[in-house]
Amino acid sequence: MDLLIVVQLLDSMLRLSAPLLFACLAGLYSERAGIFDIGLEGKMLASAFFSAAFAASTGSVWIGMCAGLTASVLLALVHGVASITFRGNQLISGVAINFLASGLTALVGQNWFKLGGRTPSLAGDARFLPVELPFASAVADVPVLGPIYSELLSGHTVLVYVGLLAVPATWWILFRTRFGLRLRAVGENPEAVDTGGISVARLRYQATLICGLLCGLGGAYLATGMAAGFIKDMTAGKGFMALAALIFAKWRPGYALYACLLFGLLEAIAIRYQSIEIQGVGTVPVQFMQALPYILTIIILAGFVGKAIPPRAGGEPYVKEL
Amino acid sequence: MTAPAIELRHISKAFGPVQANKDISLSVAPRTIHGIVGENGAGKSTLMSILYGFYRADHGEILINGKPTEIPNSQAAIAAGIGMVHQHFKLVQNFSVLENVILGAEDDLLLKPSLKKARSLLEQLAEEYELRVDPDALIEDLSVGHQQRVEILKALYRRANVLILDEPTGVLTPAEADHLFRILSSLRDEGKTVILITHKLREIMAITDTVSVMRRGEMTATVRTVDTNPQHLAELMVGRSVLLRLEKKPAQPGRTVLNVRNLSVSDGRGVECVKNISLSVRSGEILGIAGVSGNGQTELLQVLGGLTPGTGQVDIDGSELPLTGPGSDARARRETGIAHVPEDRQQLGLIMDFMAWENMAFGYQHDDRCRRGPFLMNVNSMQDYCLENMQKFDVRPMSIEALAKNFSGGNQQKIVLAREIDRNPVLLVVGQPTRGVDVGAIEFIHQQILDLRDAGTAILLISVELDEILSLSDRVVVLFDGRIAGERITAETNEAELGLLMAGVTDASAPDKAANSA
Repeated sequence: MDLLIVVQLLDSMLRLSAPLLFACLAGLYSERAGIFDIGLEGKMLASAFFSAAFAASTGSVWIGMCAGLTASVLLALVHGVASITFRGNQLISGVAINFLASGLTALVGQNWFKLGGRTPSLAGDARFLPVELPFASAVADVPVLGPIYSELLSGHTVLVYVGLLAVPATWWILFRTRFGLRLRAVGENPEAVDTGGISVARLRYQATLICGLLCGLGGAYLATGMAAGFIKDMTAGKGFMALAALIFAKWRPGYALYACLLFGLLEAIAIRYQSIEIQGVGTVPVQFMQALPYILTIIILAGFVGKAIPPRAGGEPYVKEL
Repeated sequence: MTAPAIELRHISKAFGPVQANKDISLSVAPRTIHGIVGENGAGKSTLMSILYGFYRADHGEILINGKPTEIPNSQAAIAAGIGMVHQHFKLVQNFSVLENVILGAEDDLLLKPSLKKARSLLEQLAEEYELRVDPDALIEDLSVGHQQRVEILKALYRRANVLILDEPTGVLTPAEADHLFRILSSLRDEGKTVILITHKLREIMAITDTVSVMRRGEMTATVRTVDTNPQHLAELMVGRSVLLRLEKKPAQPGRTVLNVRNLSVSDGRGVECVKNISLSVRSGEILGIAGVSGNGQTELLQVLGGLTPGTGQVDIDGSELPLTGPGSDARARRETGIAHVPEDRQQLGLIMDFMAWENMAFGYQHDDRCRRGPFLMNVNSMQDYCLENMQKFDVRPMSIEALAKNFSGGNQQKIVLAREIDRNPVLLVVGQPTRGVDVGAIEFIHQQILDLRDAGTAILLISVELDEILSLSDRVVVLFDGRIAGERITAETNEAELGLLMAGVTDASAPDKAANSA
């Protein structure tokens, strides 16, 4: 395998793992605050649809992104109201959001564009276009480092860079700021936060909002950055993969990056090598390659990757008592 | 005269139909340790929660240093200089001591300056009050005694002038409790005011300056500690005279019923919790197992009750009990004549959402009187039987259809005890019989256990309450770290000696001595 192929593989790994990374960090904020969120998928899907729809109608990807973020945040608020204010079951609320998003996007999409639930293809300013990092073309011919810089690092849409920068930012927020300390505390022992005179509900709402924003970015990237428009159910389980990556990452931002890159790499391999010949065994069918990320998800969720201890108060509505 | 540090005027609080606090007035002088005693459910914790802003009073006002103060939430309480150490610590287990101390009281958006400040303050407090804890240790690695110190440090970091402690010694060894009391005394001497909520009269007598007694939501008396005695306080708490020391006939031990040889038990994670212990209990005798909780008592109880496998040899009336595999389950144990009152009645003794008559049959649902043929329950017979037992044990409310969770702790325990005692077991293993049970019911439960002993049952009593061990048992075995730290004849030992054994100070000659004198 020569360098160029490796670089290209890694390049598409970055591209493919960005939406996972957004969703994974979104889940991280939410779950660190003690709110389980299996509605990542639904929020991303809603954002993907509304960002593509508004980008198609207005011709501006930025307006589209705002619409996507709004949709995702609204769904996050629904989850917040159900699980924080009304102390409902967080799994059920999450499932409801997934169904709602899946049905709503298809229905509204069909009514709006009459394209069978798709949005029109986006072009020009209605899409996030690749950003050329400075000197990318100038250094392209430098051996080894040249292609790594110009092919691998340069030429992604702005959201990919935002996603990558969100990882250290998340780490810093969680472990170096007051907000982060309280956020982690509320997911471990909300009583400690409450008796300290801080509102548990407010902190959890803040976490849900951040979760909504990040899911929104993930969805917007999916429909207006990675692809050129919305297709029905285009998230294809990425929200669940992100949850698996989150468990794999033991709820830590740095590991979350690695976990998402791993999923991205598997997808990249599946796309590039539609079929692989293995001597003496025959051809590995393309379906198997495509199933790889999902198989990995199951393996992780089934707990084959060692002990991952979730935040202790996760999934439990907080009821004030002594 | 200086204004009281805390003054409560006519505080009332109701939860639905339950009047938790009725027109309570209380005045706590500054620089004193003020005790509040009362049975469970007397309203002590509710009152303190109102003071700490956890609940809001329906009526009444709070004065702090003579000034009327509104305390709508914990933040306001903290601002008013009130700190609280809850019975169940409010600490984040996987945070460091420092992180827990600053949580909620950070100065800045960034943590660094607060952490630095907390570190130096903690050093200073450690010097001043014997409050030594490693600031970088994780809470989950600390002993309960140390965790409690972190809670006190949290309050002091928030500049608390009034420190409320809710049942602080329940989880401590006698030595740890003494240390806590020394800390509290020095806090008082430095000008702080301490409010101590407890149901242990001995502690009240030992450390407080003034004591208030609560009963059924009302404040029944406030007296200077030097002017009262435990007997008097107990009467104020219960509202009638109480036997603090039980009338106990001398034991008439008969044949050896339970004989345990080299028993070891591992918990779910494979950690050995009971390490090679040997003991025996004779009929008509109560063997008390003392120790700080978590030293193997739970596992010992569970292996005898058939809930956990073990290794070694256990004989009942000369025949060996299987400790693993078939025949080692709870049902088989019951059929052998072993009755088991588990330590945690809400988890293992009862199903909280089931009715009393159903709970009264659990574990014995295969008995003829509970069955009608191979598949059906005999509901009528079970209900009659339940009522009969409730009468015998004075369970209140005497309603066979009430859910287990709607009974008070004492009455829940009476249901479990009635169920287990009624079958005339050859061996009763009982864990924490009076945990969370009020004084009146304690007296009743203790009497039942003694009556059972006098009727010839062998009893293994596990309790973390030394008082209970001393007043009930005929012999005491102290467990420390899964091993027997010592064995004593109850009449020939005292609290101080057992306290040392509980802390792991063993003397190798102990078993011989006990054997010789027996």
